[in-house]
Amino acid sequence: MFQTLQDTLSRIAALDPEVIAIAGLSLRVSLSAVGLATLVGVPLGGLVAVASFRGRRAVVGLLNAAMGLPPVVIGLVLYLLLSRSGPFGGLGLLFTPSAMIAAQTILVVPLIAALTRQIVADAEDHLGEQLRSLGLGRVRRAAILIFDTRFSLVTAILAAFGRAISEIGAVLVVGGNIDGYTRTMTTAISLETQKGDLPLALALGIVLIAIVVAVSAVASLLRSYAMRAYG
Amino acid sequence: MSPSVPIAIERLRYRVGDLPILNGVDITVTSPGITAIIGANGAGKSVLLRLIDGLLVPTSGTIRIGASAGSRPGTAFVFQRPGMVRASVAANVSLALAPLGLDAGERRERVRAALDHVGLGDRAGAPATRLSGGEQQRLALARAWARKPDLLLLDEPTANLDPASAQAIEELVASMARAGTKVVLVSHNLGQVMRLAEDVVVLADGLAVEHGPARSLLSSPRSPQARAYLAGELPWTSFAAHS
Ligand SMILES: Nc1ncnc2c1ncn2[C@@H]1O[C@H](COP(=O)(O)OP(=O)(O)OP(=O)(O)O)[C@@H](O)[C@H]1O
Ligand SMILES: [Mg+2]
Repeated sequence: MFQTLQDTLSRIAALDPEVIAIAGLSLRVSLSAVGLATLVGVPLGGLVAVASFRGRRAVVGLLNAAMGLPPVVIGLVLYLLLSRSGPFGGLGLLFTPSAMIAAQTILVVPLIAALTRQIVADAEDHLGEQLRSLGLGRVRRAAILIFDTRFSLVTAILAAFGRAISEIGAVLVVGGNIDGYTRTMTTAISLETQKGDLPLALALGIVLIAIVVAVSAVASLLRSYAMRAYG
Repeated sequence: MSPSVPIAIERLRYRVGDLPILNGVDITVTSPGITAIIGANGAGKSVLLRLIDGLLVPTSGTIRIGASAGSRPGTAFVFQRPGMVRASVAANVSLALAPLGLDAGERRERVRAALDHVGLGDRAGAPATRLSGGEQQRLALARAWARKPDLLLLDEPTANLDPASAQAIEELVASMARAGTKVVLVSHNLGQVMRLAEDVVVLADGLAVEHGPARSLLSSPRSPQARAYLAGELPWTSFAAHS
């Protein structure tokens, strides 16, 4: 155990290029996915919060439930769509980083949309009537409320990033864990553990945690800087 | 400025579920200037303003505003608890102008003038939600003023203000009324009602129980509800006395 720990620390201290490459891919995939999901999920959640339409309750329930979609099932469905015989097989995306980004985007869109809806709906409770009285249309109201809640939305987006970078099922199924191409932190940890290279697995685990902590710290810094700039 | 807006409210009912709040309100206002609505807490004054603004839909009855049916005049509503977006003071006024389709220069000019008008000119860049309660109420009035409304609905606009600010706001409201904006003012401040209003509507038991010129209504109310309210009796004690 002690030996493992020592090996682990020396692997990290040596800044193993393989580890850095894997960490870089994980970051690239998950940040891209969260970026795309934010572009879709935040406006979607905001609009659902201000809109009134038939079946709205069902949509909200669906969004909330979809937050818990199992990554491996999303991976499987996307696999079927992207596989050679599937409808999008011609794109040749299966076992590429793009497929992993797509899978994680689908994974976290509901999370971001559902949390945004809740946050915007709470803001709508005390601000909605004011905005409606000004004669602002739905889209404008959603945009204003999203702006109003921007500091809270950062936390929702961070939660999505945490879910994306730590999931394994989706990236494993559509990425294939190909060495040097689609191997991410989580798939590598799983593989090295199975192979018995515990120091490497542990080193990767520590780096993964460090990444999550670092991203969250950067986001918090940006958030508090923005809040101070606001006043 | 456009001419003052007459208001015709007929058999207006509003209920929430089984709970009746307004029970057939009839009010006809033809005079320009300021009409005050008074009544005890929970009488339905704020609900009535929301119905006039179109934020609530009547259970039954009609509300007509403006001479011509159809084209709805510009309305501005200053709420009892004004809501501010987490943005600058100036941005909060500017967003109120968004639906008006002004060009950017005109919009900036109106924002600046509105803030100067309520004494917030030097706070344009400050975060609106960090203003004091009274300052936020002044900002809410600036937001309404900037829209140059035909009809201005005020729900206790000076409830949180210090005497000097309250007086400044009263002057601002009076000048808007003189310039042709029809003002409907809800207030518990009877001195203010006396100073500002031409006519007064008393709301009680879900009805407009009395409507008349401010001076005569406040000095010699005819309805028992208005008398009780002006005498400072609590509605539930007067209710017990009547029943
Ligand atoms: N959505 C609602 N659901 C239930 N009750 C409501 C609703 N809206 C208003 N009411 C009730 O209607 C009554 C009138 O409310 P309103 O806010 O109009 O009173 P008000 O005359 O403005 O009182 P105040 O002087 O305290 O401001 C209150 O008893 C209130 O509880
Ligand atoms: Mg009220």
